[in-house]
Amino acid sequence: MSTPSTAAPSAHETGTPRVKRGMAEQLKGGVIMDVVTPEEAKIAEDAGAVAVMALERVPADIRAHGGVARMSDPDMIDGIVNAVSIPVMAKSRIGHFAEAQVLQALGVDYIDESEVLTPADEAHHSDKFAFTTPFVCGATDLGEALRRISEGAAMIRSKGEAGTGNVVEAVRHLRRINGEIARLTVCDRNELHTAAKDLRAPYELVREVAEAGRLPVVLFSAGGVATPADAALMRQLGAEGVFVGSGIFKSGDPAKRAAAIVKATTFHDDPKVVADVSRGLGEAMVGIDCDTLPEGERYAERGW
Amino acid sequence: MTRGMEAGGDRPPIGVLALQGDVREHLAALAACGAEARTVRTAAELADVEGLVVPGGESTTIAGLAGSFGLLEPLRARIAAGMPAYGSCAGMVLLAEKVLAPDGHEVGQQTFGGIGMAVRRNAFGRQNESFEAEIEVAGVDGGPVTGVFIRAPWVESTGERTVVLAEYRGHPVAVTQGNLLATSFHPELTGDPRVHALFVGLVRRAVLREEPALPWGYGPPGGRHAEWRTVGSPR
Repeated sequence: MSTPSTAAPSAHETGTPRVKRGMAEQLKGGVIMDVVTPEEAKIAEDAGAVAVMALERVPADIRAHGGVARMSDPDMIDGIVNAVSIPVMAKSRIGHFAEAQVLQALGVDYIDESEVLTPADEAHHSDKFAFTTPFVCGATDLGEALRRISEGAAMIRSKGEAGTGNVVEAVRHLRRINGEIARLTVCDRNELHTAAKDLRAPYELVREVAEAGRLPVVLFSAGGVATPADAALMRQLGAEGVFVGSGIFKSGDPAKRAAAIVKATTFHDDPKVVADVSRGLGEAMVGIDCDTLPEGERYAERGW
Repeated sequence: MTRGMEAGGDRPPIGVLALQGDVREHLAALAACGAEARTVRTAAELADVEGLVVPGGESTTIAGLAGSFGLLEPLRARIAAGMPAYGSCAGMVLLAEKVLAPDGHEVGQQTFGGIGMAVRRNAFGRQNESFEAEIEVAGVDGGPVTGVFIRAPWVESTGERTVVLAEYRGHPVAVTQGNLLATSFHPELTGDPRVHALFVGLVRRAVLREEPALPWGYGPPGGRHAEWRTVGSPR
């Protein structure tokens, strides 16, 4: 930062809602990729990622290894921050506001309060208004999205089922959120009060969504995108961008697959482009049938 | 301005480069100025517009996609031939002839070029340093605009034909050259259409082939910037 030698007398305000939500607006139409090393971060940036999610293990490995999944090592996050010029996000456990404080102190650009890590609090999410760093949170339905926004989330991602390479849950959650939004737009004022109760969300937010026909923050899709066509599907279903976790670096040719998913995300409505970029990508990650996941290993059920 | 355009029956189509970024907000701001706004993702769509907004977003992503889909050369050619263009934030980076890293060293980043300036990426800091401040912009009447600066760049140095329209803490944050305009900040996030109105005016004058004199009464002749293409353009 420069020292204000010719400082204007204007107020200089950081961490405003507009600055937090506006940051997510800049990511629209883009792909945010999970990376575990500076080298992977570089590959993601060169492939056209709009941001990277720095974490120690991708969700597929968290599933495989088990145990408690926590915030990443600060040295590892620093390494990734220093490797790329694009924004860097990092995950805190649900309700673990001390981890979130550490991530803010490390200077990450966005904090993902994520169900992929082991929840730290079974009743409370973090108060996200207390932070300068903006938060993205997962949601499986509109009520959950609005509760997160009412806690200060500046961006929402539909949860999907991370680490499965199976897009079915991502589709289910995004369709549910957008279906519920569509229903709100045809409610009259009387119905909106009941809708707010049913959604367990603040009335003012519900009314805002009903009037605008969309969330007041950017909505991405996450959890199960593994191919360019998956990304195109989520975009056509209304996602403003996609998170890709294990799908890239658990595949045969990460650099090529990453670039292909970026292109398919932009040209999601042009099947010729999606077909072109889908050629010769090598092996996709091995998928998991979500119905076979045992109780307790469905990350989407974490959070409320 | 809107009234003048209606009087002339002239609503030139203005594109928003829609490869990635806050496209919807720019479309809305242009529409609020009475412009006919549309998205541009292909060379054919670019050929059909009279002016172009390069939105906020990630400049590396947008430049990469422009390269992959054959837009880089058509964009450079249209801009060099005098097509009006406005870039906010990442768009400012993409209209620069030179791009500097946050620490000030030059990086060979692909840009569309057009404005004789070196732009330092994320110069105001990372997201935690992102801020709002009131900014006086020359040529924008009615008081300061709210500048929303998000991981924002500043203009490190300018060519002799580049005019600085606004500064913040001693650094240029809005510049113009010929038919080109760039801001470090995001007017499209504020609902205040005055900066976009300035740009729509530039497009309209370019279409009507009026003197490319700018609304603030000075500035370089618009049109061709061929000489800038040879100055440090990281081809």
